[in-house]
Amino acid sequence: MPSDVIISGRARDGGAENTTAPSALPLYAATVQAGFPSPADDYLEGALDLNEHLIPRPAATFFLRVTGESMTGAGIHSGDLLIVDRSCHPGDGDIVIAVVDGELTVKRLYRRRGRIRLLAENPRYQPIDINTGQDLHVWGVVIHAIHSFV
Amino acid sequence: MFALVDVNNFYASCERLFEPRLEGVAVVVLSNNDGCIIARSQEAKDLGIPMGEPVHKVKDVLRRERVRVYSSNYALYGDLSGRVVSVLKRFTPYLEVYSIDESFLDLGGFTDPAAHSHDIKDTVLRWTGLPVSVGVGATKTLAKAANRIAKKDPALGGVFIMPDDPDEVLGNLNTDAIWGIGRRLAARLDRIGITTALDLKNADSKFIRARFSVVVERTVLELRGTPCLALEMTVPAQKGIMVSRGFSRRVTDYRDIEAAVATYASRAAEKLRRQGLSTNKMTISLRTSPFSPAPERYANAAGFVFPEATSDTTHMIKAARHCLKKIYKPGLPYQKAGVFLDALEDTRRIQRGLFPPPGVDPDKSRALMKAVDRINADWGRNTVRFAVTGMQRSWAMKQNRKSPCYTTRWQDLKQVGG
Ligand SMILES: [Mg+2]
Repeated sequence: MPSDVIISGRARDGGAENTTAPSALPLYAATVQAGFPSPADDYLEGALDLNEHLIPRPAATFFLRVTGESMTGAGIHSGDLLIVDRSCHPGDGDIVIAVVDGELTVKRLYRRRGRIRLLAENPRYQPIDINTGQDLHVWGVVIHAIHSFV
Repeated sequence: MFALVDVNNFYASCERLFEPRLEGVAVVVLSNNDGCIIARSQEAKDLGIPMGEPVHKVKDVLRRERVRVYSSNYALYGDLSGRVVSVLKRFTPYLEVYSIDESFLDLGGFTDPAAHSHDIKDTVLRWTGLPVSVGVGATKTLAKAANRIAKKDPALGGVFIMPDDPDEVLGNLNTDAIWGIGRRLAARLDRIGITTALDLKNADSKFIRARFSVVVERTVLELRGTPCLALEMTVPAQKGIMVSRGFSRRVTDYRDIEAAVATYASRAAEKLRRQGLSTNKMTISLRTSPFSPAPERYANAAGFVFPEATSDTTHMIKAARHCLKKIYKPGLPYQKAGVFLDALEDTRRIQRGLFPPPGVDPDKSRALMKAVDRINADWGRNTVRFAVTGMQRSWAMKQNRKSPCYTTRWQDLKQVGG
């Protein structure tokens, strides 16, 4: 998949980080009742916006849903919502969405001394080795996982 | 200096984003009603599957070559289109969204357009997953031609900068490859010895204006590098028709609002027919006063994509009612409602789906609408009106092969193995 970051087995870790300026998102000021200016008006700052907090680059950010238990050690459980930023450069230790056998999977990226692996965070799952000459397609970098308790 | 950035095989590329298995595989996307092929991946083009072809005519090759066939998923395409524009706006605020997958950029201030174009292409691909081609030239017409060349020749890596002396390049393009020169115009030009874009560039512009039109003369000048077409940074009114009114009093009852919305929808349909246009998409909006107390403050909108483009009042009213049902909440004091029609096209050029929605005979409906408009013109508006009741049958659009709305519906999110 040419749109993915392709990490070739053996490749040196030389990619520059994708530098990005934070995008401007509007703050929503509370609606002011006409005719009754509140003394708090001068201190309005707008409500906290979770989108702004979790999604620095909306154009590159996608939501995906996890199924499976291989990442429970990293706090990612089946049914969790993943916030994935495609603009991030995948580095050693990042949790990434990778393409394995034509399917998307979430794993931790190991990328040291030219060796590339996808690690599960659950002893019941084997790591996946990317051999010399093989390419690993990274679809995006997981920047947050949202787990619900209700 | 202008750049035209165009997504390659846009709809097919959108389908690939969440389905890595589709990489390298032939993919086609069907029209609203699953009737015709409206988008093809490169592999499907290489199989010789023609654009606009009714599905039943290519059934065999689709099956034999295991082509992946999708219904159109405008929610997905629209979302990804918006993302591409957002990424492009990081490069310059001087941008014209020309179509769902094409934008013109003013590259005025950039010293190295080639490096810049590659940067644009790589960033859009990385951020959105969509491959684009970039064509650069001194005018919009030259940028569009350059884009075509960038697409055709894979060795160029998706970017082509029209050289300062474009004669050799233009000598290799037929006139119908040029923006605004259709096949019929190209044939007329050919008859007077103008075959290539270079011939057109070198033609006497005054003669062209006299013989054809000021529009074709403008194309000649643009080919010479004289910009005649500026960036249109606002959406022209032509692209949508809006009928929106505030109510004279606050209205709560569903029947009253339905009647209002149906009236606006008929008005919008009349406007549409007067301009010879049809619409693919309707949006209904409804709100209470923005100054009403919080529990009564409400605003919402719902959209409807027609099985095929239409200007028929009965279709408009049905769609309007369908949308209104989704957003109407009982008991609120409504102040304003509106009907918005967009994705407009020339009625004479509509591709008819293989399977028109049940009960719809496009020729009959066109004849009926003509009669209604004529009577209303002669006798005054609203002489002939449509009873809003008795039109309860909703359309079920035939869309058997639609991919999930990965980016716009929570229940449709892509599942990833963990
Ligand atoms: Mg395109």
